[in-house]
Amino acid sequence: MIGRHLLEVEDLGGAEGIEEVLRLTDSFVEVSERAIPKVPALRGRTVAWLFYEDSTRTRLSFETAAKRLSADTMNFSVGSSSVKKGESLRDTARTIEAMGIDAIVVRHASAGAPHRIAGWVDASVINAGDGWHQHPTQALLDCYTIRQHLGGIAGRHIAIIGDIKHSRVARSDVEAFTALGAEVTLVAPPTLLPPSLDGWPVRVSHDLDAVLPTVDVAYLLRMQRERMTEALLPSLREYTSTYGLTIRRAELLRPDAVVMHPGPMNRGVEIAADVADLPCSLILDQVRNGVAVRMAVLYLLLGAGTSLGATGPTDPSGSPETTQTRAEEATGE
Amino acid sequence: MAERERRQAPPYGGVFRARTRVMDRSDIQRAVWRMAHEIIEANQGTEDVVLIGLQTGGVPVAVALAEALTSIDQAEVEVGSLDVAFYRDDIGLRPVLPEAVTDIPWDLDGRVVVLCDDVLFTGRTIRAALNALADYGRPRAVQLAVMIDRGHRELPIRPDYVGKNLPTRRDEVVDVNSDGVDLGEMVR
Repeated sequence: MIGRHLLEVEDLGGAEGIEEVLRLTDSFVEVSERAIPKVPALRGRTVAWLFYEDSTRTRLSFETAAKRLSADTMNFSVGSSSVKKGESLRDTARTIEAMGIDAIVVRHASAGAPHRIAGWVDASVINAGDGWHQHPTQALLDCYTIRQHLGGIAGRHIAIIGDIKHSRVARSDVEAFTALGAEVTLVAPPTLLPPSLDGWPVRVSHDLDAVLPTVDVAYLLRMQRERMTEALLPSLREYTSTYGLTIRRAELLRPDAVVMHPGPMNRGVEIAADVADLPCSLILDQVRNGVAVRMAVLYLLLGAGTSLGATGPTDPSGSPETTQTRAEEATGE
Repeated sequence: MAERERRQAPPYGGVFRARTRVMDRSDIQRAVWRMAHEIIEANQGTEDVVLIGLQTGGVPVAVALAEALTSIDQAEVEVGSLDVAFYRDDIGLRPVLPEAVTDIPWDLDGRVVVLCDDVLFTGRTIRAALNALADYGRPRAVQLAVMIDRGHRELPIRPDYVGKNLPTRRDEVVDVNSDGVDLGEMVR
């Protein structure tokens, strides 16, 4: 069962917790398909964005999710705020919280920043990506997308291809995919793998052509050129020729295999322009499902009340005795 | 009985113990047939009528009514289902999670919606359902069919079609299942 914060995949509580989020996501996919895709579930709750790093899809996705749940949203972009005047992360987070915020969605370039914030504030903290560390909602939407198209994740073979070293998506995905029983193979040049893979329940390969015919999912990662501080590759062209999903390589895939990418894509680098638009590409489904998955996460943290017992009452009227009396009075039909 | 009710009737985490059988299988069948006739009478047929069962206990009621309507009126009646979790007024007070995915694949504009549920109690679920329906369109009319009306309303809501009026105490529990209707309570 999910707790008060969502900082890493581990917070979801293993396969059971992930499955619970995916089940709830089904309901929110239905909401998103309606003529009026909005429910009053989080009326009166406020969610603030604290984005220290650029983002389009994650931020828009969270914003859409919150609005479809009728929550109020507050934007905080670092560029136009007091952070420029030197305000610390702690002061910024506590200032935002003092305005009566129920949840803070954090993206930060440093691993662990959301964990620190979670220790400083009473609001729920959701990690929307911290450095090379974790991006749990991306892992959830990837799981949901695979489940939607392949019927399930257990027993599937998923190759994660590309810049594993700098990828928080890879770290979260490996945890989530393997928790749900998938086999994961990392495919990357040695320089783009983490220095140690001890304890990672994965196989490693440096030969993409050998792996592709065996996979159900080819998950490509973006070349994170902005995080590459040293010369890890001779050239991008060489990378593309050995590890890029070109049209020629896409033909090696089984007919029922799918291609995924967390975005933003470098077309022509890790994925050929034409491959991204093939029918087997689920890249836009990932974006679409992202909204529903984030609705599920926001609802579980703020509305579902599944953590009411775990973390104690969130408001004075929610103490165990009054809750019980109210439950007696208001037991539905 | 809906899983939600099982969890939330005190004592919490208890099990349902039936005390009295209120209706048996054939009583339910007769009630369904009577309610189906009443629906046809009130709407002069089944044109534009759709049945929407409330998850989870109302869905079998809706299916049974649809079968009866079809065999009486010789016309197919559409059946949908609705989960009202996101519209409940107790979100934040207690755990509220949907039990199933809503299935209303048609436009409700101009239709006559018959909401179906197993037990009508406080009326709060129906209030939530009315709000939810508004997000799917503008029905010409909304009517309410329930197998059991057990009283204790907290909102100005009344059913149009009732299988059986059953006076109860607040702490009793009504269980509508495929074999019949039982009155009892939750015990540890």
